[in-house]
Amino acid sequence: MHSTAQTHSLQDMRQQAAIAAKVFIQRDYTNGTVCQFQTKFPSELETRIDKQQFEETVRTLNNLYAEAEKLGGSSYLEGCLACLTAYTIFLCMETHYEKVLKKIAKFIQEQNDKIYAPRGLLLTDPIERGLRVVEVTIFEDRSLGR
Amino acid sequence: MLQLGVAEPMRECEYSQISTRSSTPMETPYKKRTPKKRKWQAFPGRNKFYCNGRIMMARQTGVFYLTLVLILITSGLFFTFDCPFLSVQLTPAIPVIGGVLFVFVLGTLFRTSFSDPGVLPRATPDEAADLERQIDVANGSSSGYRPPPRTKEVVINGQTVKLKYCFTCKIFRPPRASHCSLCDNCVERFDHHCPWVGNCVGKRNYRFFYMFILSLSFLTIFIFAFVITHVILRSHRQGFLNTLKDTPASVLEVVVCFFSVWSIVGLSGFHTYLISSNQTTNEDIKGSWSSKRGKDNYNPYSHGNIFTNCCAALCGPLPPSLIDRRGFVQSDTPQPTPPTNGITMYGSTQSQSHMAAATPLMQSEPVILTDEASLPGRTSLGGPCSGALPLGGQPTPPTSTPNLSCDNGMLPTRNDHSEAHHHMDGVHHHFLTPEEAPSPPGMLPCGSPLGHSHTIQGFYNPASQDSLHEDSVRGLVKLSSV
Repeated sequence: MHSTAQTHSLQDMRQQAAIAAKVFIQRDYTNGTVCQFQTKFPSELETRIDKQQFEETVRTLNNLYAEAEKLGGSSYLEGCLACLTAYTIFLCMETHYEKVLKKIAKFIQEQNDKIYAPRGLLLTDPIERGLRVVEVTIFEDRSLGR
Repeated sequence: MLQLGVAEPMRECEYSQISTRSSTPMETPYKKRTPKKRKWQAFPGRNKFYCNGRIMMARQTGVFYLTLVLILITSGLFFTFDCPFLSVQLTPAIPVIGGVLFVFVLGTLFRTSFSDPGVLPRATPDEAADLERQIDVANGSSSGYRPPPRTKEVVINGQTVKLKYCFTCKIFRPPRASHCSLCDNCVERFDHHCPWVGNCVGKRNYRFFYMFILSLSFLTIFIFAFVITHVILRSHRQGFLNTLKDTPASVLEVVVCFFSVWSIVGLSGFHTYLISSNQTTNEDIKGSWSSKRGKDNYNPYSHGNIFTNCCAALCGPLPPSLIDRRGFVQSDTPQPTPPTNGITMYGSTQSQSHMAAATPLMQSEPVILTDEASLPGRTSLGGPCSGALPLGGQPTPPTSTPNLSCDNGMLPTRNDHSEAHHHMDGVHHHFLTPEEAPSPPGMLPCGSPLGHSHTIQGFYNPASQDSLHEDSVRGLVKLSSV
């Protein structure tokens, strides 16, 4: 769910600006079922944000998700430990995936505050959309006098 | 949209503009005063929730209780009647090991049954509208008759995979996901719907399911072996008939274990094969990656070697639940498309029946949008599918037949399209599901799950898979004549 700061800015935005459109960045399945999003730059955002900037955001997101789902020594260790403790260990400890999801939430909030909100855009954390899409809300540009 | 004439706060007004399917009279000024609901209460699928959303199961849980009772009774009898003798005569390690196995079996069973299998939340109205727009652009103008099945092709590791559009959830299903018609959800990495555990088996609970059947195999063999030992040892002293008089429970245990061993050990073997080749039951049954389909056909998801596949399936990272059951419904966040609203042909046939059911509810409960999503799904679709369950979920592959497509254990009457019932995929099935209620008469007596295992032709042997399939069809036909 949105953090308090984000909710406030979202509410502020809504009170000041109407939502003009929403763009959905779909998943990219060319590498299998791992969570990756398409880096193709949507045409609706051309007037609002730099292509490089946007692609950088999506690429970082993709890297973060890859880190969450990475198969390696530490994830195996966590899995085995969990199995041995009959998964009760997760009552006290977070899974690696959940830790990375928190990182992602922070990253998205940061990106929104620094880059997207000033341009009248809002990124929604994909986890709130079931990891299906990255939803970019485009607000009407009040500065144009509309 | 008509509601805008009524005096509403600015925010609702603005939000309604972007809500593409706001033909509901849901958004009234009163909604803020209703108590906050948790998301599981507004969940559009056909699941049951307990403990305020912590526990999630399929709608039909009868067979799960049967599984539980069988395990508890057999183990209970073992510990009460056989263990005292065995721990004295042989070693006290026997009840200890038995106890550990028993606890592990129950733990993994509960974990499999109660957790979210990897349900994909349905698309929000905005997403659905966006996808529809893209599809219409791609297809040209739709004629209003049944549109062609919507598919997207994607190349994964060199193999072309078709992604199908799910009309119920209004999303393009990720690869390996499938829509379970019993639970009315799309589930990631869908393996099968197992009535014995009362839940779907998917990405998030497959390892628990595997651990469950593996440990249950060990427990069954363990109990079987030691009960036989007990009876033999006693018979040496007292004679066979006296032994039976002293421990009549042992006979029951032997019978239960004997019949269970074949199916459970066979199932464990089958799933071990599936894990090592990184396939789902669904894919194996359809022969998606079988070399029979073509020389270049291979499994693009396999990691290459058995060890990595096993580790990935059993010890890999556990993805979190995507449906946030215990979160509170936010009145201003977009909620998934309710089943009543459908632009597509399928949607409109379904929506007519749903509208009829939903409208009185909508008028009597002026609460948030999500309610209509949950209620019609439960009331109108609950009927046709409930009778199909008992044989419908037999997870053992030999009972599945390729020519009944995904029809695992359903009565093979060709005209009843009962294959719509679980691990289904493909738009085609969705068209059939609500109209074609299964014609087989209600529930077959499920009291003999062990008897059912007779139709399972022993152990799973990859070499004789085809003949096994044929045998199982014959077995099913036999059973259907009961």
